[in-house]
Amino acid sequence: MIMETLLTPTLELDKEGYLKNPAQWTPELARDFAAKANIVLTDKHFDVLNWLRAKHAEGVPLTIRKVGASGLVDIKKFYELFPGGPLKVSSKIAGIPKPASCI
Amino acid sequence: MKNLVILGAGAAGTMMANKLHHALNPVEWKITIVDRDNVHYYQPGFLFIPFGLYQPEDVVRPRTDFLPKGVTFIEQEVDRIDGNHDQVILSNGQTLHYEVLVVATGAEVVPEETEGMKAELWYKDIFDFYTFEGSTQLAKKLQNWQGGNLVINLAETLIKCPVAPLEFTFLADAFFEDKGIRDKVNITYVTPLSGAFTKPKATAMLSTLLDEKKIKVVPDFYLARVDNERKVLVSYDEQEVPFDLLVTVPVNKGSKMVERSGLGDEDGLNFMPTDKYTLQAKKFDNVFVIGDATNIPASKAGSVAHFEGEILLENVLSYIQGEAMEARFDGHSNCFIETGHGKAALIDFNYETEPLPGKFPWPLLGPMDLLKPTRLNHVGKLAFKWVYWHMLLTGKTLPVPTHMSMSGKITEEEIV
Repeated sequence: MIMETLLTPTLELDKEGYLKNPAQWTPELARDFAAKANIVLTDKHFDVLNWLRAKHAEGVPLTIRKVGASGLVDIKKFYELFPGGPLKVSSKIAGIPKPASCI
Repeated sequence: MKNLVILGAGAAGTMMANKLHHALNPVEWKITIVDRDNVHYYQPGFLFIPFGLYQPEDVVRPRTDFLPKGVTFIEQEVDRIDGNHDQVILSNGQTLHYEVLVVATGAEVVPEETEGMKAELWYKDIFDFYTFEGSTQLAKKLQNWQGGNLVINLAETLIKCPVAPLEFTFLADAFFEDKGIRDKVNITYVTPLSGAFTKPKATAMLSTLLDEKKIKVVPDFYLARVDNERKVLVSYDEQEVPFDLLVTVPVNKGSKMVERSGLGDEDGLNFMPTDKYTLQAKKFDNVFVIGDATNIPASKAGSVAHFEGEILLENVLSYIQGEAMEARFDGHSNCFIETGHGKAALIDFNYETEPLPGKFPWPLLGPMDLLKPTRLNHVGKLAFKWVYWHMLLTGKTLPVPTHMSMSGKITEEEIV
């Protein structure tokens, strides 16, 4: 367990730096996480982050394809917004757990 | 007379037809199973065909050979499910009313989903091995191929039999070694996953094997298109991998019938939202889903369909009796992984527990070793073909527990 202080609250992160409790997430925290990944968040980023958080709260397993089918961004744009592994990067910034794979 | 209708006479549908026929009173229930044709493929056998280890005729039987006499088989395409009126509409306009519906329409590869996949080079330098046609065409290609860049690619993370591409890779390595041209072949494994596999301990074991066999892994590569002219794979973030021979696992989707019925998951892949414990469809109480057709977070594999079958039978019977459904599927999956040269590894896992090392099914005695390539596991893999035709399809109980057991597995605490 790693405790890390970002801004004011004490946040509990998992081994890979994902927020353990999505309820602790704030837009400021997202900007902080994003800065670590060299991303400056725009409104478009926040649209995707809010969508991810809503889907996670519904218990929907997330995939890159699902984000691409969300109507918010296509897959190409998703990669542009969150370079590298977009689902992993965006999940971390959205304060939800690392996307689990089924297999 | 009440009606129980099963859509799909593949592994899952056929085994359910047998189990339900055995369990339901034939005076009270009529069981009908529908499929578009009467050809049953032993899909695990497709892996061996490209290397000449199985012949095409080893993997084909009529579906009706495995259906019990009292079950009605209708050879017709299903147009759609009309769940609000408890009926299925077939392509010829015939309607089937049901009290209970079991959807077992499986998954299929859809190369058309990826730009440039099914184009000039299809079945010339680009092959799949998840279909009868693909695996037999690839067998011809490999007979005369003289070497170059062999690329194995997964177009999507959600595919049936997720270990099969790795098995193909290991078998290819052994095949070219035996042919004496391994030094002329570069093998590259290109995957949208972050590593060879998803679960940490299995990935570690498989990565070691890939290293030993000098197979290069390109992770986090999400295929956007295939450039036929330049013969390169291009990812969404513009990474490129050149190939001379591409063996692809195209995007896998559920049946188009699911899409026509408006019952697919929101990712557009046509898998049906299903309760991962009871296997009841999310949308209709009297509809159940089994095998590759579901959207549950378990592997799409024959062993999973088998374990689900035991649960589904109990829950369908409870539902019919008006009782609470108490059987719970735990995500149990059990797969042999061919590693080449007559050896295979074995993994056994579920929703909660990743594949662990140890012995299977009994502690110490085994006789199978988990997460370790052995000759005995390979014998087990080959024996599975007999088990499949003679026991699995006909709904017999296999000597493997339905729920995953920790017995024989070595946990992290014990290793440390």
